[in-house]
Amino acid sequence: MTVKKFYKSFPKNYLQGPSIQNVPIFRNFAHHKTPASSTKSFSKILVANRGEIACRIIKTAKKMNLKTVAVYSEADAFSPHVKLADEAVFLGPSLASESYLNIKKIIDAVKSTGAEAVHPGYGFLSENASFVSLLEDEKIVFVGPPAGVINKLGDKLASKKLAQNAGVNVIPGFDGEIRDAKHCVEIARQIGYPVMIKASAGGGGKGMRIARNDDDARNGFQMSTEEAASSFGDNRILLEKLIESPRHVEVQVLGDKHGRIVYLNERECSIQRRNQKIVEEAPSTFLDVETRKAMGEQAVRLCTDIGYHSAGTVEFLVDKNRAFYFLEMNTRLQVEHPVTEAITGVDIVQQMIRIAQGYPLDVTQEDVKINGHAIECRIYAEDPYKNLGSPSIGKLFKYREPNRVQGIRCDSGVEEGSEITFYYDSMICKLICFGKDRQEAIKKSTQALDYYVVRGVTHNVPLLRSILSHERFAIGDINTNFLSEAYPNGFGGHELNLREKNQLLAIASAFYVRNDSRNRVNNPTQQNEWNVVVKLNRDTHTVRISERCDFFEIEINDSKVYKINKMGLNLAEPVTEIKLNGEQAVVQLISKNPSGDYKISYLGTTYDLNIIPKKAADLLHLMPQELQPDISKTIKSPMPGLIKSLSCKEGDCITEGQELCTIEAMKMQNSIIALTSGKIKTVYIKEGSVVSDNDVLIDLE
Amino acid sequence: MSANFLKNFKLSKTTKNIVRYGSKSATNVAYKTKVAEQINQIKNQALLGGGLNKIDEQHKKGKLTARERIHLFLDDNSFVEYDMFVEHTCTNFGMDKQKFPGDSVVTGHGLVNGRPVYIFSQNFTVFGGSLSSVHARKICKMMDKAIVNGAPIIGLNDCGGARIQEGVESLSGYADIFQRNVLASGVVPQISLIMGPCAGGAVYSPALTDFVFMVEDTSFLFVTGPDVIKSVNNEEVTREELGGARTHTTISGNAHKSFKNDIDALLQLRHFLTYLPQSRNHPAPIRICDDRSDLDVLALDSIIPLEPSAPYDMLDIIHCIVDEREFFEIMPNYAKNIVVGFARMNGRSVGFVGNQPKVAAGCLDINASVKAARFVRFCDAFNLPIITLVDVPGFLPGISQEHAGIIRHGAKLLYAYAEATVPKLTVIVRKAYGGAYDVMSSKHLRGDVNYAWPSAEIAVMGAKGAVSILHRNESDVTEYVNEYTEMFNSPIPAAQKGFIDDIIEPRTTRWRLCRDLEVQATKKLVNPPKKHGNMPL
Repeated sequence: MTVKKFYKSFPKNYLQGPSIQNVPIFRNFAHHKTPASSTKSFSKILVANRGEIACRIIKTAKKMNLKTVAVYSEADAFSPHVKLADEAVFLGPSLASESYLNIKKIIDAVKSTGAEAVHPGYGFLSENASFVSLLEDEKIVFVGPPAGVINKLGDKLASKKLAQNAGVNVIPGFDGEIRDAKHCVEIARQIGYPVMIKASAGGGGKGMRIARNDDDARNGFQMSTEEAASSFGDNRILLEKLIESPRHVEVQVLGDKHGRIVYLNERECSIQRRNQKIVEEAPSTFLDVETRKAMGEQAVRLCTDIGYHSAGTVEFLVDKNRAFYFLEMNTRLQVEHPVTEAITGVDIVQQMIRIAQGYPLDVTQEDVKINGHAIECRIYAEDPYKNLGSPSIGKLFKYREPNRVQGIRCDSGVEEGSEITFYYDSMICKLICFGKDRQEAIKKSTQALDYYVVRGVTHNVPLLRSILSHERFAIGDINTNFLSEAYPNGFGGHELNLREKNQLLAIASAFYVRNDSRNRVNNPTQQNEWNVVVKLNRDTHTVRISERCDFFEIEINDSKVYKINKMGLNLAEPVTEIKLNGEQAVVQLISKNPSGDYKISYLGTTYDLNIIPKKAADLLHLMPQELQPDISKTIKSPMPGLIKSLSCKEGDCITEGQELCTIEAMKMQNSIIALTSGKIKTVYIKEGSVVSDNDVLIDLE
Repeated sequence: MSANFLKNFKLSKTTKNIVRYGSKSATNVAYKTKVAEQINQIKNQALLGGGLNKIDEQHKKGKLTARERIHLFLDDNSFVEYDMFVEHTCTNFGMDKQKFPGDSVVTGHGLVNGRPVYIFSQNFTVFGGSLSSVHARKICKMMDKAIVNGAPIIGLNDCGGARIQEGVESLSGYADIFQRNVLASGVVPQISLIMGPCAGGAVYSPALTDFVFMVEDTSFLFVTGPDVIKSVNNEEVTREELGGARTHTTISGNAHKSFKNDIDALLQLRHFLTYLPQSRNHPAPIRICDDRSDLDVLALDSIIPLEPSAPYDMLDIIHCIVDEREFFEIMPNYAKNIVVGFARMNGRSVGFVGNQPKVAAGCLDINASVKAARFVRFCDAFNLPIITLVDVPGFLPGISQEHAGIIRHGAKLLYAYAEATVPKLTVIVRKAYGGAYDVMSSKHLRGDVNYAWPSAEIAVMGAKGAVSILHRNESDVTEYVNEYTEMFNSPIPAAQKGFIDDIIEPRTTRWRLCRDLEVQATKKLVNPPKKHGNMPL
């Protein structure tokens, strides 16, 4: 059965999308004006993307009374962006190269639906100059800058020169192309370590490596070249001085086709792991008015110089003295654009479409104000306990966005039942919280994260919530190394203080009793007191629970007493608000089982508790110890993905730290390193194998 | 140790009361006091079983004692013990000098979550828990009462075998138990928890019960042990490999589930009982339900893959349908191509049967048929409605299956479904091909409610196979395959004939089934009177 046919077999209302909600309220800058006669207006737009950004664009396009066309791959047949659009075109197999990256299929889709314009979103074809020039040839409007500009700015070497010419501050570095690893070392020495090796065509942290010595430089060159080749089809590499502990601050610009350009102030995106942003905010706490103005004006100057139009982002590194250096210019809509929208009230997508339609910009620099503070948290399907975020996949069997908190916006492209696959980026949602000041935005963000329900995939909410409550984040003391500095030994979850721990124990015990007592039917001698032992992080606690008329009285370790109201204790609702001695706590009961295992999410982190009757716990010491399998001899896949290369075979003797294979997941290459020396007994994989999380890859003798 | 051990098992108050209400006469008082002391002494001795050394030995093996197990399993202070004073009657081999009050089993009744159960717990510390005639009589007494009063029988097995010293008396004891197992079958739930060795004739009592659970690493079930097998067949095998929990839950199918240790087993068994009625005369239990049963479950819409031959996990569907994603799976590691187990729908206890496309495409083979047949019959016997989720490509083809009797064994499942009179709800989620369609609780076997999802394909066989028969001599059959696919690979033809009551959106499945169960709760259907059917064993 073909995808289309399967899809058709559902009743009509099945295809209707979710109601449009959480679209921000914008100040009304954009009243349609007659376009200049030289430009072409359009009424039907194809969104050449998927996921949240496709949904985001379609929503605004619909508000502008445009007809919308979505495109989708096999894996996305049920995705919200397909349901949301007026029309949807099936592209092909799930692999991006055969669907969203396939220029021919996209252009065919444009033609077959009669769309007059294409919005590329971010990623995929958004910065592909040949795609844009093909569109230009076909007289299809591209919602973005002209091909020539993309071409110039997409190349890091060229863009740096353009910036330099426009009088923008640039980082000292090497202006040529690096020939090979040896050349790389030579140049690195000239610039002086530490240096940054990066793919010329790169972006989003892919193909980037830091080198602090000759060895690093050689290896980094190798890895970056390969990643650049696989991700961008262009293996050119460039080298520059590494600015230590910088902040990543970027300026959003908007330019029309009539030469008018404004900057919508900055976003601070310093919270990154492996050069990928996870928490962004606007405005930056660090910039003063002068620096902001200087950065904005340089950005505008660059755009004017090269004849830029549409939305764009000029990225800068800012050092601790507020000196700033041009990093690159992104010629597309950025993932984190909503924070700018929140503080300026400008709908950037709407502006992009208007600009593409040829309307003059209706925002002047004077109109652009900073109103309040906005924070975006990127909720990813990844395990934050592994390497601060190792990709995970799965099906969202339960998914609820936190609609109970005021002043928040969730940009997502998933719904309950959606599957996160390793074909595409693993982002689930962008949570944007807006407040009158930064403190309020942080408070709303943490609240929203507490109400966020994601079940079926491992996600990074624990890490996000921990970042937001970190004391350094609270005072704005951040830089691009923040995560490795704040979590030097990796992220281990929120650490409960005594008060929080007691609260968690009380809540868990209340759940236990609620579960236990409902099994009792027609019991003449109703039990109203429970003695249990709760195990949490290897510690055991004795808890006594007494049932009173409408509450449970819970005594922990014979000291602290809590009262929990029985009403509101629900074992099926994903989020529970509990009154704990009159104080409200928000928890999520993730799972429970008859062995007394309770998984409860509290303060962002999910805790594993075991609750059994005291009489059982008293005998627990008699039970045989569970044998832990010897894990040092098996090498398991830390994430789902594709085996890109295999650098060992059966019978090989390996040393600790040696690379055994690389796994490509979400377009990132990850090397699997031997944790111990030994001889390889069995290799279960070959190049090109697809592996899941925790699959055994290699056995040692 | 002793004080600590005894602390858990307080003697009943009556012992002390005897003194207080004693006679006026001094001699009488002395006599009564003496008796009271004697009683006290016997009871204390009974509590200690085979003595402290034996208790330590038992603990060292990672096992709890018979009394500790009862103490954990039953609600606090609810145990009422029987036959604490019974002693064995054997005089051979100097056995008359070794007597333990209560002998090698502890029996009685008590409450689990407020509901009565009869229980026997074999005491390995006394003669290795071996079965003497009095041991058997004690068990039989409990079974007789359970049948009459309508309460489940729980056996905690930890028994070295027959009391060899007693000879045929011990064997007669086994047979007495077997007889009662059979009489109780279908009257009250019988559950065996194997918590130690259980060998030889002893295995047939658990085998006759409804469910056999085992404790991992410490329990064994076999008819003949490794030593005999070595000397007779010259085959080397360890106890664990021969009859451990893993073997019986994965290879032989003799056990329905295993648990990691005694404590976990007892706690989970308490939970398991909440799904079962007290007896065949009781309705299936209903528990307070926190999970809304009137909402769509969106996640159900995208579980069936687009590619018709792609596997998926039937448990994903079950978890989305049942209350609180709580599913107590029976035989999770045996014949994994079919999933059976208990769950609740709006608080109401039900049995689930589902083909598992993840394993062997979810086809029916001998093991799967027998596993599901036994489960269906249990549900039918104890008033538990059966919900069947169908995605079955047919019976497994192959010489070994045919020669091993797939016809006879497959017929068991057919028989079980056809015979069942409890509410039968069926959802065809994808494939329902050939005879397997008929078997899986179809309308034709008195299915009460039969739904199909839009993804359902109900046909005699797959399109390619059908076309190769219909158009035997054609070279290009693509067109015919398409024609056949159009005609049968959808639920519409079956719905047009009324074999499917409705084609429903997956997301609506939970609330529809909950609603149907409410309506079906008053279902009354009686099979023709007979002595018993003759199912193809």
